Amino acid sequence: MVTRISKTFDELKLNSQTGLITYLTAGFPNQELCLDIINVLSRSGSDLIEIGMPFSDPMAEGPIIQQSSKMSLDNGHTMELTFDLIKKFRNKNITTPIILMGYYNPIYQYGNDNFIKRCLDYGVDGLIVVDLPPEHDSELCDLTIDIDLDFIRLATPTTDKKRLNIVLNKSSGFLYYVSIMGITGTKEPNLDILKEQIIKLKKETDIPIGVGFGIKRPDQAQKISEFSDAIVVGSSLIEKIMKNYQNNKEDLVLSEVSEYIKSLKAVI
Amino acid sequence: MKKNSYKLGPDSDGNFGLFGGRYVAETLMPLIIELEKAYSDALNDPNFRKEINQFSKDYIGRESPLYFAERLTSYLKGAKIYFKRDELNHTGSHKINNCIGQILLAKRMNKNRIIAETGAGQHGVAVATVCARFGYECVIYMGKKDIERQKSNVFKIKLLGGKIVPVDSGNGTLKDAMNEALRDWVANVENTYYLIGTAAGPHPYPTMVRDFQSVIGEEAKKQILEKENVLPDALVACIGGGSNALGLFYPFLDDDVDMYGVEAAGLGLSGNDHAASLAKGSPGVLHGNRTYLLQNTDGQIREGHSISAGLDYPGIGPEHSWLNDQGRVNYVSSADDEALNAFEICSKYEGIIPALEPSHALAFVFKLAKKMKKDQIIIVNLCGRGDKDIETVANYLGVDV
Repeated sequence: MVTRISKTFDELKLNSQTGLITYLTAGFPNQELCLDIINVLSRSGSDLIEIGMPFSDPMAEGPIIQQSSKMSLDNGHTMELTFDLIKKFRNKNITTPIILMGYYNPIYQYGNDNFIKRCLDYGVDGLIVVDLPPEHDSELCDLTIDIDLDFIRLATPTTDKKRLNIVLNKSSGFLYYVSIMGITGTKEPNLDILKEQIIKLKKETDIPIGVGFGIKRPDQAQKISEFSDAIVVGSSLIEKIMKNYQNNKEDLVLSEVSEYIKSLKAVI
Repeated sequence: MKKNSYKLGPDSDGNFGLFGGRYVAETLMPLIIELEKAYSDALNDPNFRKEINQFSKDYIGRESPLYFAERLTSYLKGAKIYFKRDELNHTGSHKINNCIGQILLAKRMNKNRIIAETGAGQHGVAVATVCARFGYECVIYMGKKDIERQKSNVFKIKLLGGKIVPVDSGNGTLKDAMNEALRDWVANVENTYYLIGTAAGPHPYPTMVRDFQSVIGEEAKKQILEKENVLPDALVACIGGGSNALGLFYPFLDDDVDMYGVEAAGLGLSGNDHAASLAKGSPGVLHGNRTYLLQNTDGQIREGHSISAGLDYPGIGPEHSWLNDQGRVNYVSSADDEALNAFEICSKYEGIIPALEPSHALAFVFKLAKKMKKDQIIIVNLCGRGDKDIETVANYLGVDV
């Protein structure tokens, strides 16, 4: 099945480009501005967009994404509002892939079948469910096998060869490589070690590899782009939005986001 | 699972029916699998059991007595009440049973940095204690609110060489402390062992903690047969995550014995200020397992409330969720004021100051005993002593300590 995600990676490859994937928490900093930011992300050069489904207990997130989730939930955000955001984005954009990323419980409470139906109806292209390892494939992943919805998995520095086979089985879209041992937006990866790890991965799979966790500056992005198919930025983007929003400089939010995305896209 | 036994769970994937499992980030999966293997190897090593028994006897002070609470029995004018006195253990609660088991496992796995979450601080103290004994680095995550209401345990942990990390993410309570501990673990998997304090979390923790706590029920069974020559009619224990209850219940699951797990009803079950996950929650996924949780319709986890910092977790161990749905164990609840009343009466009639956690169990015993015949027997797990709660209770009663 050719999903928007694989089409995007095919085009990037054809143009010898590395993809830029951006992460934004749904409903952050508020519902309206969130939609505006998503539009700016795609216009400024983000090739794929991850929308975070806020959760009260985001175990893999560092302080910045935690805070963004909390702000969103404190504003009364719900799964329905996440879908509403995507629906509005899709009214104007039918090419940029949208990936929903988050934790299993809000999906489970929404109802797995119901959730997948909504994803298809509203034009979601992929799912990343942080706390749903292959051991629990029968719950959600298996429901996505024959439909236009990629199930994107994470590989990490702790993933050995045996485990990698389990992770790759039923993986689709791309493989998300977590560049550090830790949570989002904290440590920076050691680029030499990272390069070795990605080269090793490439020998095991043809699926595109996106690298994330701990990437924030153009110089890092540039170096990582030399050996990966995409880079993911999340915390650093959220941090920039947070700073301007909390200083009541809402007008600067969109322009800084645009500038930042362009600065990354220009070097990868 | 065969219908003729309630003791066969979990299955090989760590499921107790719908509950349990391994819902963790990929970074942790290899470690969880390694832990499962290490635990199963340990179980097959007679030296492991021998070492636990040795520490249980000489360090914890087991076995703990089974004590006939004669004055409380005559006060209530009903069934005979026995206390399983795990409050007499070293460190003052049942938590140490599990900590000795897990620290010996950490040693086998060559992990020398131990992390843990704590709510009331009893688990934190027990972890810091075994870390001191084995010479391991100890990092305890504790919610800011809990640090304020459990000052003496905080000081003990520091005295024992543990480092306390205050958690103010989320709402700064036990569930947030558990999130932070998981985040630490992801960042330090190579040398770190996460010593979970209750029978919850990803497989194999719920099983492992249950096994290490089952010594409570095994002893109680032997002791009651020696004293009364019959099995008890009822077992009662309080439930936060549920490790002390499971420890008492598990060895009796296939016997003709009624069981009551007592959740915290806080200010009452009609509002949101309680921690009764089974009575008022629904199945969901948090902290590595599927179980009953207090949550809103959108799957966001709510905070639990209880006067007892050890019971206000918004979830419960997965095996309890399963036993609840099987109808094998009755889950009931006691409110803050009922627990305080039981706390005072137990102190006055038996000369034993119980922790606020087992005071919830006692409060239910007060109701249950009266409905039973005088020749019937109740065993209640007195899983912790009340020293740590003196200030809380004094505040409630309006007394300056």
